[in-house]
Amino acid sequence: MANGNGRTALKDRVKEAQEKLWGSQVVEAILRPGSPFKQGYQDSPRNRSYVVMNNVLYHLHPVKVKRHGVKLSYTLCLGGLSFFLFIVLTITGIFLMFYYTPTGELAYDDIQRLSTDVAFGSLVRNIHRWGAHLMVLSVFLHMSRVFYHGAYKPPREFNWVVGVILLLLTLLLSFSGYLLPWDQLALWAVTVGTNMAGFVPVFGNQVKFALLAGAEVSAATLLRFYVLHVLAFPFVIVIFMAVHFWRVRKDGGVSGPL
Amino acid sequence: MVDIPEDLLRRSAEAKARALGVPVEAVLAEMTGEGPPVEVPRAEPMERPVTDAEAAAEAEPEPAMSEVPPRSQPEAEVEISQGAEPEVAAEEPKVAEYDEEPVPPAEASSEVEPVAAEAETGPAEVATLVEERPSDDGSGNGSGRLAAMVTPRPVVPPTGLPEGVRTQRLLTVVKARAIQTVKPDPTDKVNTWPHLMLMEFSALLAITGLLVVMAVVIHSPLLDPANVNLTPNPSKAPWYFLGLQELLSYFDPQIAGVMVPTFTGLIGFMLIPFIDKNPSTRPSDRKFAVMLYSIFIAGSATLTMFGVLFRGRGFNWSYPWRDGIFFDDLLDWVHFE
Repeated sequence: MANGNGRTALKDRVKEAQEKLWGSQVVEAILRPGSPFKQGYQDSPRNRSYVVMNNVLYHLHPVKVKRHGVKLSYTLCLGGLSFFLFIVLTITGIFLMFYYTPTGELAYDDIQRLSTDVAFGSLVRNIHRWGAHLMVLSVFLHMSRVFYHGAYKPPREFNWVVGVILLLLTLLLSFSGYLLPWDQLALWAVTVGTNMAGFVPVFGNQVKFALLAGAEVSAATLLRFYVLHVLAFPFVIVIFMAVHFWRVRKDGGVSGPL
Repeated sequence: MVDIPEDLLRRSAEAKARALGVPVEAVLAEMTGEGPPVEVPRAEPMERPVTDAEAAAEAEPEPAMSEVPPRSQPEAEVEISQGAEPEVAAEEPKVAEYDEEPVPPAEASSEVEPVAAEAETGPAEVATLVEERPSDDGSGNGSGRLAAMVTPRPVVPPTGLPEGVRTQRLLTVVKARAIQTVKPDPTDKVNTWPHLMLMEFSALLAITGLLVVMAVVIHSPLLDPANVNLTPNPSKAPWYFLGLQELLSYFDPQIAGVMVPTFTGLIGFMLIPFIDKNPSTRPSDRKFAVMLYSIFIAGSATLTMFGVLFRGRGFNWSYPWRDGIFFDDLLDWVHFE
């Protein structure tokens, strides 16, 4: 399209390039049928189904859900928010791992350097910490909502059990992360917490020893908690989350499969 | 062998008992295989002459049989159960005992209504074993709602009837819808995209906003470097364990530190769905469960709050307005610098 100068206007050239790009074979290959990003996407019942069916993330959900299931006042999205917080914590956690060394000599300094030397270090650390607290809270509230709606009743008994395990794992994740800043607060909170493990009948001392990698909290404990926090517990919780979501999809929540 | 629902079995037995003039219980016992074959009381004059009209009335299952749904009933027409078929098939051998002249299968599958109509034209046509099946090609057009079987009476040659005429009797009527329903109930549903997705995305944005604001306003605490030889006073667990730590100051550690979290906290919670057998999800039906859980929440919230706010030096009781708050997690509450 030519303007008065006999040249193509920039606006039109951009539009043309855009159409060429989105119509190209590469983009076509990436987007599955029904993707709303596809050129010429039309809002039809068929495409609405395709959006969900053809996307690896969205297909956690069924194509249709009960109408009252999407009411905010009813669901409060607490389960989904717990999962989202877990993702946020994973991302911020990976960021923090770049700057953190789990040794008695370096751990504290690394945390301090995070707030002074690293771009956005303080912000990311704060998000990680408050996100963890929020996740404990949202998992607990999620459980409460499920209880008050009686959503654990058959056929969903097993998913409730998985949910309780997820709550426990969330607490363990939070607790193991609590030690990592290696300051007085971390050290003594974990000391108080693990002292309770010492009261386990018969095996008390053994349990405590295995947990702390010694008789009391030390640098060895720091490494142990670090590995548990960044690898072991996330690994286990992801497996249980997969089962949890699968069963929500199969057995449904209180408002049918979500 | 198909498992026959009890109500159908009973209805069938009632009809058969009425046909043979024997007690229902005896027939039922025979059908379920718990009793001896039913003796037909031969002495009873069952071969009373059947008039054309009577035969028609019997062949066409109408008001006389209470089991027959009225023709106008819409629900009966909608659901033709394929499962009704084995019902009839299972019945057949027993009927055959009394059938002196076995009827060819081709004849057996003719339909009720044509026969009934023919019955009025001449008595000869009445004498057929009539069985109505829900036809596979859907040509049952309304008459398919019944699976009726008409069987000859046990006749030692009929005395008062013309040659070749056999009387018939309706043995049983099987309601087609009894075994399975075909269509699920319609429910009010919406598309996940965009309705649920929009909701989730909004929730996600809201929590991200909240998190960022919190992260900017509230700084994470970082006290002095860890020192094993310097115990701060008081030493507090993370807030989600503070309720337990509070319990520790009331009970023996074996109870508060181990028994309570393990048995009520973990195992108890896991067992909830297996203990609570009440199938209802309405809050008004489960007052006890709701009350119990609310007490749990209120209790743990109170204990946690005591631990956070009301415990000072040496984890002794203190008032936050008098002695200050001893909770280092909130040390750097707001940074305005």
